[in-house]
Amino acid sequence: MKNSKWIKVLIPIVSVFIALLVASIIILIIGEGDLGQRFNFLVNAYSEMIRGAFGSSSALMNTVIKMTPLILTGLAVGFGFRAGVFNIGAEGQMTMGALISTIFAVNATQLPSFIAIPFTIIIGMLAGGIWAAIAGYLKAKTGAHEVITTIMLNWIAYNIANWAVTGPFNDGSGTPKSPEIAESAMLPNLLTSQATFLSFGIFIAIIAAIVIYFILYKTSMGYEVKAVGFNPYAAEYGGISVSKNIILTMAISGALAGLAGTLESIGLYYRFYGTLSSGKGFDGISIALIGQNNPIGIIFASLLIGGLRTGSNQMQFAGVPKHIVTIIQSIIIFLVAGERMITTLLRIDRKKGVK
Amino acid sequence: MDALIAILGTFTNPVFYKLTLSASTPLLFAALGGLFSERTGVTNIALEGIMLMGAFSGVVGSFVFSSPWIGLILAIISGIGLSALHAYASIKFSANQIVSATALILLAQGLTGFLLEPIFGQPGSTPIVEKIPDIHLDFLGKESFLYKMLGSLSPFIYLAFLLVIVSYFVIYKTRLGLRMRAVGENPEAADTLGVNVFKIRYFGVIMSGIFASLGGAYLSIGELGQFSENMTGGKGFIALAAMILGNWKPKGAMLACLLFGMAEAMNEQLQSNPQLAIPSNIKPLFNLLPFVITIIVVGGFVGKTRGPAASGIPYEKKG
Amino acid sequence: MPFHIPSEEEYGEYAVVMKGIMKQFPKVLANDNVDLFVKKGEIHAIVGENGAGKSTLMNQLYGLYNADSGRILINGAEMEIKNPKDAINSGIGMVHQHFMLVGPLTVAENIVLGNEPVKKGDIFDLKKAKAEVKKISNDYGLEVDVNALIEDIPVGTQQRVEILKTLYRGAEILILDEPTAVLTPQETEELFVVLRNLQKAGKTVIFITHKLNEVISVSNNVTVMRMGKVTGRIPTMETSTKELANMMVGREVLLRVKKDEHDAKEPVLEIDNLCVKDNRHLMAVNGISMTLRKGEILGIAGVAGNGQTELIESVAGLRKPVSGKISLKGIDITNSSPREIRELGLSHIAEDRFKYALIKDFSVSYNIILGRHYREPFAANGLLKKRDVENISKKLVEEYDVRPREIHIDGGNLSGGNQQKMVVAREIDYNPECMLVAQPTRGLDIGAIEFIHKTLVELRDKDVGILLVSMELEEILSLSDRILIMYEGEFMGEIKPGESSLEEIGLMMAGSTLKELRGISNEK
Repeated sequence: MKNSKWIKVLIPIVSVFIALLVASIIILIIGEGDLGQRFNFLVNAYSEMIRGAFGSSSALMNTVIKMTPLILTGLAVGFGFRAGVFNIGAEGQMTMGALISTIFAVNATQLPSFIAIPFTIIIGMLAGGIWAAIAGYLKAKTGAHEVITTIMLNWIAYNIANWAVTGPFNDGSGTPKSPEIAESAMLPNLLTSQATFLSFGIFIAIIAAIVIYFILYKTSMGYEVKAVGFNPYAAEYGGISVSKNIILTMAISGALAGLAGTLESIGLYYRFYGTLSSGKGFDGISIALIGQNNPIGIIFASLLIGGLRTGSNQMQFAGVPKHIVTIIQSIIIFLVAGERMITTLLRIDRKKGVK
Repeated sequence: MDALIAILGTFTNPVFYKLTLSASTPLLFAALGGLFSERTGVTNIALEGIMLMGAFSGVVGSFVFSSPWIGLILAIISGIGLSALHAYASIKFSANQIVSATALILLAQGLTGFLLEPIFGQPGSTPIVEKIPDIHLDFLGKESFLYKMLGSLSPFIYLAFLLVIVSYFVIYKTRLGLRMRAVGENPEAADTLGVNVFKIRYFGVIMSGIFASLGGAYLSIGELGQFSENMTGGKGFIALAAMILGNWKPKGAMLACLLFGMAEAMNEQLQSNPQLAIPSNIKPLFNLLPFVITIIVVGGFVGKTRGPAASGIPYEKKG
Repeated sequence: MPFHIPSEEEYGEYAVVMKGIMKQFPKVLANDNVDLFVKKGEIHAIVGENGAGKSTLMNQLYGLYNADSGRILINGAEMEIKNPKDAINSGIGMVHQHFMLVGPLTVAENIVLGNEPVKKGDIFDLKKAKAEVKKISNDYGLEVDVNALIEDIPVGTQQRVEILKTLYRGAEILILDEPTAVLTPQETEELFVVLRNLQKAGKTVIFITHKLNEVISVSNNVTVMRMGKVTGRIPTMETSTKELANMMVGREVLLRVKKDEHDAKEPVLEIDNLCVKDNRHLMAVNGISMTLRKGEILGIAGVAGNGQTELIESVAGLRKPVSGKISLKGIDITNSSPREIRELGLSHIAEDRFKYALIKDFSVSYNIILGRHYREPFAANGLLKKRDVENISKKLVEEYDVRPREIHIDGGNLSGGNQQKMVVAREIDYNPECMLVAQPTRGLDIGAIEFIHKTLVELRDKDVGILLVSMELEEILSLSDRILIMYEGEFMGEIKPGESSLEEIGLMMAGSTLKELRGISNEK
C-alpha cells in the first residue's frame, strides 16, 4: 500500500531517465565521425546544456525566469487533471491573460504601483480564467471534449493577439508589438546581473503553487475537485455538483495560465508581443505529469524543464538543435501516459496483484 | 454592399472551387484517418502530429533522393511509425489515449524542428523541393471554367476523394469493416464471438497514421514544395471536428471537410480581393473563423452526432 | 412419478449430465457437489435465490469458469470444456443475462459476426448472411427483421437475436441465464412460445430463473438450488409454486436479528404517484405511493430489476423522476439536488458501492467525510478541519470496527466488508432522520452482515425511518417492520413479517397481487 506512493514518484523519474537516454541516442546519431567523436559530441552537448542552465549567475537567473511561467502552466494543467479535465489550452489562456492585462497596464499610467500591479494581475487572471471557462462550460453542458475546444481556443487567441498587436494595439513601430506598459505596472526586480534581470514574478509563481497546494489539500473546494476527478458518480452521490466543479476547475486552471502570461508582460518584456507563449502551455503538460499533479512536485519539474529549455539554447552552440527538449518532453509524456510500460519494465505490476 | 458583391463574385470564380478542393484535401485525409481509428475504438488526436511528420518526411525524401515519390513513401512510413507507437501504448498498455496522442504531437514537433537543421542546413523551413507533379487536363481547354477549376490539380486531391469511396467500401462492405464497427461499439461482444479485438484496433490506428501522413505529405510535396515548422497549424484538429460533424462516416466527413475547405477558400479569396482592400492587420480575424466554426461544431453537435461507443476506452480481456 | 436419477448406463439419453461439481470462490463455496441431469429435448429449469450457485453452474457448462472437480458429459460423452469455444464446438450455446450485442449493427450482422459469409476475398456477403439468418429464423419460428438495427428493437427481440446467434453456430443445447429478468410479461410469453418451438425442433433448453410461475408454465423438469447445493429435483407436472418456494427459500431463517417492538412515529418520507425511467428510458417505477414513518424499517422485497434501484436513486436526488412527488419531512424534494436532500436529513447507503458510495483513491478519512466535507464538523469557512476529520474518522473506524484501524490508507484497499462498514459509519454519523439502505449486505461475510443488521435495528430504535431494499428475502423478513413487495415498478401489496407465508411472498414477487392471492385463498 505504501508501495503505490513510491511508484508514483518512481514513474516520472524513470520516464525522465529513459527520455534522456533516447535523446542521447538521437544526438549520437546526428553527430559526425567515429563513435569516439560522436561520444565526445554528446558529452559536450550535455555539459554545454548544464553550463547554460546552471553554470553562471546569469544562467541561473535565466533558468529561474523560464521557470516562472512554467510553474504556473504546470499548475494549470495539473489542477485540471485533478478534476479529470485535460486543459491543453494553457497556451491560449496565457495569451489572453497577457493581452488583456497588458492593455490595462499600458493605460495604468495614473495609478500608483500598489494598485496598478495587483489590478493588472487580477485582470490577467480573469481573462485567462474566462477563456478557459468557455471550454469548461462546453464540456459540462454539451460534452464537447476539452482537448479539441481548448486547442481551437488557442488558435483563436493567437489570431486575436496577432490582430491586436499589428492593428489597434500596435505601438506604432510597425513591428508586431504593443506599446510599453506604464512604469507603475512593472514588477520590481529582485536581482540584476549584467543584462539579465529577475523580477519578483518567481515569488508570485511559488505563492500560486502554495495557494493551489492549500486549495487541493486543505479546503473543501479541493476535496470536491479531487472527488470529481476520481469518481464523478460518487461525487454526485455525496452532494457535489460535477458540472459546477468542471467549470470552476477550468476557470482556476485558466486563471493560472493567465497569470503566467501576465507575469511575462509585466515582469519580463514590459509589453506584449502577440506570440509570447512559444510552447509554454505544452510544457505545462509535461511538468504536470512529471510533478504528478502535486504543486510542490510541479515546482521541481519546472526547474527541470526550465533548466532544459535554458540549457538547450547553449546546447545549440554545440550543434544540437534546441528542439531536443521538445523530444525529451514528448517521450516523458508518452511514458507517463502509458505508465504500465514502466511498471511492466520494472516488474512492479505483478507484485501489485489483482487490478 | 461591396462585401456582398465580393462574396457573390467569389462563387463565380473557378479559382474559388479549386481552392476549396485543395484546402479540403489535407483535412479529408486526416478525417478519414481519424475515422478508421475511432471506428475501431481508439481515439487518435495525434493526427496533427502525424500530418506534421508526414509533411516533413515527404520533403526529406524529395530533398535527399531528389524524388517526391520516395518522399511519399517516407511520409507513409513515418505515419505508420507514429501511429504504431500510439497503438502500442493504447492497446497493449491501456494508456490514456489523449495524453499519449499529445505526446506524439509534441514528438512530431520536436523531431521535425530538430532534424530541420542537420538535414537542410537551415532552421524554420526547408528549401523548395520537387513536388509530385499536378495532373493536367489539357483537353478541357486552357481558358475554360472547368480547366481553371480542375485543370491542374495535385494527384493527392484525386486520391483523397478516391479514399472516401475506398473507406466507405472497406467499412461497410467487407468482413473487416463489419468487425471494425463491432469492435468500436462493443469489443466484449465481438470478443465472445472470436473476433480479435486487438488486431482490429492495431489495423485501425495504423490506417489512421497512413491517411494522416498522406494529408501532411500533400501540404508539403503536393502543394507547397516546402516544409516549414508547425505548418499543419491545427489542421489535424479541424479534421477531427470534421469527422465528428460528419458523424464518423466517410461521406459525412467529406462533406464536412468541403465545408471547412470552402470557408478557408472564401477567406483567402476575400482577403486577396482588390475591391475590398482588406487591411493586412484585420486578416488574423478572418483566420480565426475556421477555429470558431470548429468549436461551434464540437460544442453544438457532439451530443447530436454519436461516435463509436467504445472509442477511447481501453479493452482488457477478462480472466 | 418422481424425478428419475439416471444410472451411468442411461447417461446417453441425457443431453447434459454434470456430476459432483465443486466450485470454490475466494469467499464462498459456490457449487457444493452439484449433480444436474438434463434429458435430450427437454426444457429444464434451474431455480434458486440470488447467490444459490445457478449461474456459476451454467458458466462452468459454457466454459467461462472451470470446475474445481466434477464431470461433464454431453450426450453421454465425457467432455472437457475449458472455454466458450469448446462449449460451442460441443453444441452448447448460452444467452447471457447481459446481452452481447452491437447496437448500431443490424440483426443479421450481429448474428453472423465472427463467422461471416464472404465472397471474393474479404467482401462481406450480406445477402447470404441475411438469407441464412432468415432460414434459421423461419425454421425455429423466431421472427426477426434481419435489416433492423439492434438499438431500434425492443429487448425481447434482442433476446431472440441472442438465441439466433447460438443457433447460427449450431447449438443443440441452449442455456438461458435469467432470460425473463429484463422482459415485460408479454415478451416473456413470446419467449416461452419460442422455447417450445425450439423443443419441438429437438433442441434442449436449460433456463435459470427465480420466478416460479415461469417454471410451472414452461419447463418439463426442475432442479432447485440453495446455497450452492441441490435441494430438490422434480418433474414440473408434479409440483406447485408453493412446493418450489419451500425448496428454494428453505424453512429455517438463517439470520435471526434481535428486535423488540417499537412504535413508528410521524411520517418522514412520503412518495406520491411516482414515475421514474431507467437508463433505457423505459418506465421502471410506475406510479407508486408509500409512506415511511420515523422509527420503522420499511422493507421493499422483490426480484432485482423491478424498479427498486430507480426508486432509491430518485429519492436520493440522483435520478430525476418523470412525474409524482417525493417529500421529506413534509418538504417537496422531487427536484432537489443530492446535497439539498442530504441537508434535510436523508442519508443513503448506495446499492452499487463501487460506483457511488466509495472513492477508492481517497483515504478512509476522506471517504468518511464525503457529503459533509463542506460543513461542520469537518469544515468551516471552506477549510477542512484536519484535526476533527482525523479524530472523528478514528472514532468511527473504532466504533464501527473497520479494519485495519487506519484512516490514511486508500478506501480501495479495504476488504468489501470493511468498505461497507465505513460507508455505514459515514451515513449513520450524519444523524439522519431518514435513511435509504440498498443491498446493505451484498457480498459480505456473516460477521459483517450481523453487525450491519444490528446497527440498522438500533437506528430504528432511535426513531430513524429506514427504507430498506434487498434482494435477500431473509434480510427483508428479519429486519422489516412492514414489507412492500415490488414487481415491475409497482407494489403488489403490503404485509407484516410473520403474517404472510413464504409462498405468498414468493408469488407476489412473481407478479401476483396480495388481493388476488387472498381472494383465491378465501374461495378455497
